[in-house]
Amino acid sequence: MTLSVRIIPCLDVTDGRVVKGINFTNLVDAGDPVEMAALYDLEGADELTFLDISASSSGRETTLDIVRKTAEQVFIPLTVGGGIRSVGDVDQLLRAGADKISINTAAIARPELIAEIADKFGSQVLVLSVDARQANTDSGFEVTTHGGREGTGIDALHWVEKACQLGVGEILLNSMDADGTRAGYDIGMIRAIRPVASVPLIASGGAGTLADFASALDAGADALLAASVFHFGIHRIGDVKGYLKGAGYSIREASIQ
Amino acid sequence: MIAILDYGSGNLRSAQRAFATTGEVVEVTSDLAVCLEADGLVVPGVGAFQSCMSGLLATHGDEIIRARLAKDRPTLGICIGMQILFETGLEPSRASGGSTAGVGIWPGSISKLTAPILPHMGWNTVKPDEGSMLFRGIEDQSFYFVHSYAATESVGSFQAWTEYGQRFLAAVEDGALCATQFHPEKSGAVGLRLIKNWVATL
Repeated sequence: MTLSVRIIPCLDVTDGRVVKGINFTNLVDAGDPVEMAALYDLEGADELTFLDISASSSGRETTLDIVRKTAEQVFIPLTVGGGIRSVGDVDQLLRAGADKISINTAAIARPELIAEIADKFGSQVLVLSVDARQANTDSGFEVTTHGGREGTGIDALHWVEKACQLGVGEILLNSMDADGTRAGYDIGMIRAIRPVASVPLIASGGAGTLADFASALDAGADALLAASVFHFGIHRIGDVKGYLKGAGYSIREASIQ
Repeated sequence: MIAILDYGSGNLRSAQRAFATTGEVVEVTSDLAVCLEADGLVVPGVGAFQSCMSGLLATHGDEIIRARLAKDRPTLGICIGMQILFETGLEPSRASGGSTAGVGIWPGSISKLTAPILPHMGWNTVKPDEGSMLFRGIEDQSFYFVHSYAATESVGSFQAWTEYGQRFLAAVEDGALCATQFHPEKSGAVGLRLIKNWVATL
């Protein structure tokens, strides 16, 4: 009886489509987030994350619709992030069928939002997304906003410590330096943050080889998020799980029929 | 007909959809008469013990649960919906301080897990007793957990156990009353099978 490592595909959604050159040739609608969510579920994803990267209000409405449609047919936990600024936004997403929501910029602007959401819905719904990069701060890692384009000067380690006290249920640690490189997760960053995170830690950014997944676990991650390696078909979820199982990690086996 | 007790707790849509996969009519409701007469009642629950308990009392959910048990009508508690069936919740809250009284169908308290990283979040394997009805065909599977508190003493006729930092109760079968600490509605095909097993007893 061991808690399994979680493998979490992340779908970046804008105006109803998963973005970038996705190459799922065996799907009818290649970039449809609902179809992709269902496929990843079938392949053994342990959770799913939707990241709404559209800025418009019509994009927001579309995301709610995607969440509703996905929650109808996918019975694994669903996290939704992007543009969440208030308790009302969280309520709307949870009602649409999200199980967890992730916040980033709004929490940096107003940290009390963390406690407000946790008080109303419980810490378990609240994932703090931390987009961090190497910088000249205490821990050597700085929190950024706007997809890593803007620095905040806030030390990532101090921020995670504070967020845990305020009541987040989980930390999603995105390395802006590693993101999209497929050169491996940011092991130094995971090692730095792990000791101050009293909640589960999801590593994100840089997954390339199968060995990269194991390295992030060794550095202290509880769960592993990846996007492009899955979307581009470089690895299937089953490949990652098979590799990790062979390396001695506890994974959730594929579902019963 | 299956009623899902609506007492202001959590994402009830996913529970409704999961139970509807059995073909049963599923209604999310706080109507006392409907909850009493339903073939099966599901008591969900997310968040904190104290806030769930106060929501439950406000909708007379505790009376509904007791009245159903008096008539041997199947009732299933999920997550905090399992925890509130015990005597005491030790999860601190601003409203109650150190602990909160539960519905008290089962003896004992709900205590904090001894683990360095909480919540216990994710898929964990569950080991049911032999002869379990809920776990028929899914005796050695993983289910999705999200919680920091749990029951650690045995209650009911059949138990299922899991371990995170310490051993604790993952599920209980006690005549008409069943409960799971994990979320079957979020546990994929395995969770839907457990729901089907429960619905088959209605």
